[in-house]
Amino acid sequence: MSLIVKDACVRRGKIETLSQLSLHVRSGEKVALIGHNGAGKTTLMKASLGLLPLAAGEIEVDGARPGSAHARNCTAYLPENVSFHPALTGAEVLRMFGTLKKTRENISALLDRVGLGEAGQRRVGTYSKGMRQKLGLAQVLLSKPRLAILDEPTSGLDPIARGDFYGIVDELAAAGSAVLISSHALTELEAKTDRIVILRKGKLVVDDKLEVLRRKADLPMKLRISACTSIHNVLTEKFSALKVSDERFEISCRPTQKMALLSELTSLGESLHDMDIIPPHLDDLYRHYSKEAIL
Amino acid sequence: MNSILAIAACEFRISRRNNLLRATVAMMVLFAVSLTVLGSGATGALGVDMLTAASASLATLSVYIVPLIALLLSFDAIAGEVDRGTLALVLSYPAPRTSLVIGKLLAHLLALGVALVLGYGAAIAVCLALGTVSTASLLLVLKLTIGGLLLGAAFLGLGYALSAWAKGAGAAAGYAIGIWLVFVVLYDVALLAGLVLSGADGAFTQDFFPWLLIANPADAFRLVTLPTGQAAELASGFVSADLARSYAPMVSLLAWPLAALGLAAFAMRRVEP
Repeated sequence: MSLIVKDACVRRGKIETLSQLSLHVRSGEKVALIGHNGAGKTTLMKASLGLLPLAAGEIEVDGARPGSAHARNCTAYLPENVSFHPALTGAEVLRMFGTLKKTRENISALLDRVGLGEAGQRRVGTYSKGMRQKLGLAQVLLSKPRLAILDEPTSGLDPIARGDFYGIVDELAAAGSAVLISSHALTELEAKTDRIVILRKGKLVVDDKLEVLRRKADLPMKLRISACTSIHNVLTEKFSALKVSDERFEISCRPTQKMALLSELTSLGESLHDMDIIPPHLDDLYRHYSKEAIL
Repeated sequence: MNSILAIAACEFRISRRNNLLRATVAMMVLFAVSLTVLGSGATGALGVDMLTAASASLATLSVYIVPLIALLLSFDAIAGEVDRGTLALVLSYPAPRTSLVIGKLLAHLLALGVALVLGYGAAIAVCLALGTVSTASLLLVLKLTIGGLLLGAAFLGLGYALSAWAKGAGAAAGYAIGIWLVFVVLYDVALLAGLVLSGADGAFTQDFFPWLLIANPADAFRLVTLPTGQAAELASGFVSADLARSYAPMVSLLAWPLAALGLAAFAMRRVEP
């Protein structure tokens, strides 16, 4: 077990920014941390790094206290909106961090791997946000961390760079790192993490696999249909479909009713031109679970 | 040790690239040269070589400018990293927090050393060209350089401490100006006021003034580095010459960097990035 959080509480003045939070991340596991701004994602991460003191509870990183020499040796961190001194080049930054971590990683190979290459010889001040983010990822890869903590790592990355990024994260996990990723971009996490953890006001709301969350939430899915005019009435009356545009309709249904509904619809034959099945979005799931927490 | 050197190397590169070092050197050279040239008129009358005469001016210059340079180099060191968000990342690395402070100190001392050597070197060059330089006067300049580094280290340490305490680099800059004013200007003004009020035989003048003078690193630097005759002059009437010429100012000048660095390390431990 690479990260164990047990009933952790963090206080800022009188406000509890993290309360009674428990969480496990095994090695090789990728866990997504999701929540509004101020939900406690960064607080949890900083507490796991030993940068914030715990008011109660405990955290273990590879069996050690967070912030201890062992914990810091086996943890890699990518802060939110990572930045480096603008007067240094990317390669100089990596070389310094490499010395701090006592690794003999090949710096130019590492720069190539994250897609910075030649830009590594330029000053960080000339970098775009995406390039700074890539340099941040490169310093995570300096060692083979037992635990990688990535705070909103893909903000500022274009879709292709984002894909490359998750490719590298997959390699990290495959090599045995436990990965904790926070993100606002919920949809991009869908296929890329093993478990989803939703925080709300410093409390853990949900911690489960995505499929399980889907099943439990039992959110309606949508069927999008285009059909010829002759059956429009049937659609609106029998199936209570919603007319979206001239030829397009939308029917929402429970996951359990899906197959029955599909066979009924296909029996309409060739009047039905096309049909798309849209499962509930991760955004809908998130909304569902954070609403549930209010009750 | 490697971590400290790696941090120091990066910090020195930063000082070199953000023009601070160039500005510092330019300031030192300009002041040193002009003070040497302007102060050279008196050499004939006093019967000393030109560099000895200049070294008194250089000491006075350094009292003002070395703390200023040190605070300029250090006020941003921690607060700036908190503002940029780089500190959290650095602190998540295995190197202990004190090694960050020591690494920065080494780099900034090197920058200050470059400025001092070039500034005093320019003064020596002027004296070689226009007048005379004796071995004794070269030793005086060496004393100034070492004393300047110690004085600089004291104010670098104070700068890191206030940089770690301040919320933001802007506030740190404000505190830095305050510290400079207090130690270099207001402290002496207050002592002077004390002397005037207490009179030559008063308890303040006799018992407290000498120790208060020595307790301020800037004044201790002055006592240590001024040519012997002049230190006695300065002390005569106010400070018992024995105390001024004893090891007390030297001890103060050595103790301040250590105390300030301890303060910085303590402040650093409480920083929440």
